[in-house]
Amino acid sequence: MIFLKSDEEIELLRISNQIVAKTLAELAKLIQPGVSTEYLDKIAEEYIRDNGAIPGFLGYSGYPKSICTSVNEQVVHGIPSEKLVLQDGDIVSVDCGVYKNGFHGDSAYTFCVGDVKPEIVDLLRTTKESLYKGIEQAQEGRRLGDVGHAIQSHCEARGYSVVREMIGHGVGRKLHEAPEVPNYGRKGNGIMLKSGMTIAIEPMINMGSRNLVFEKDGWTTRTIDRKPSAHFEHSIAIRRGKADILSTFEYIEQVLGNKAI
Amino acid sequence: MAKQTAIEQDGKIIEALSNAMFRVELENGHVITAHISGKMRMHYIKILPGDKVKVEMSPYDLSKGRISFRYK
Repeated sequence: MIFLKSDEEIELLRISNQIVAKTLAELAKLIQPGVSTEYLDKIAEEYIRDNGAIPGFLGYSGYPKSICTSVNEQVVHGIPSEKLVLQDGDIVSVDCGVYKNGFHGDSAYTFCVGDVKPEIVDLLRTTKESLYKGIEQAQEGRRLGDVGHAIQSHCEARGYSVVREMIGHGVGRKLHEAPEVPNYGRKGNGIMLKSGMTIAIEPMINMGSRNLVFEKDGWTTRTIDRKPSAHFEHSIAIRRGKADILSTFEYIEQVLGNKAI
Repeated sequence: MAKQTAIEQDGKIIEALSNAMFRVELENGHVITAHISGKMRMHYIKILPGDKVKVEMSPYDLSKGRISFRYK
């Protein structure tokens, strides 16, 4: 069942997503070699609660933390830990969710730690571009397959691969709602998009093979060949014409300045 | 947070339909119709109600599947 949101509900979703964007910007200030991911989690939780919201991931299907930090070969759902200390040359994807006024916000950004190899920066840039290519397709009257095709064709043309096991999702009163939003597909396939749908598009792009391995903790997924993986996510509302992007990377890019990808 | 999708799942055959189609109950309780893969037909792998099978699915249509393996 896909819920269509009214304009008021979309505004509430925007509030949640803006808190997510600000939280990510707060973390962007802290990310540097020598910081543990556990520390990032603590800061994120404090910041979210200071804004009168609740961390959306905490307790979701038993997830123990407020954010997901996936370092290098980890694709998504990396659990923050004190043992995991960021090194120079790492990339870390921070996925953050917020629950406020009955609505969830969900967004993710992949940060560079210190100096990162140019080929990895290219992977991040391609992933981010593909996210915007997907959003370009997400408008009333198009189909979900169009979104997936835009992302897949952009990334595969550069020789990267698209993760199949993990996909985007509808977002609203629940963190994961219908429909499922794959990052691959054929043009003209899938359900028709309607004005008022709110979805989270999140391409997860691997440098090597697209296959994943699930770690023993039950959450963390990493690439099978241990090559790096990038992940960017926006929550959007479908409109007639251009989609309305509810979350934003603006605050993050202000903090990162000219280091932004 | 990314959603984990079911693209390969185990299920149990509950009914044999015509044209090598089967009604399969997945582990999460959903009931879908699934057909046998061509490779399994080539090798005359028989499937009966009650068998445990592996089903491949696509996130675009969650009501249909493809049986790719029959467990012993």
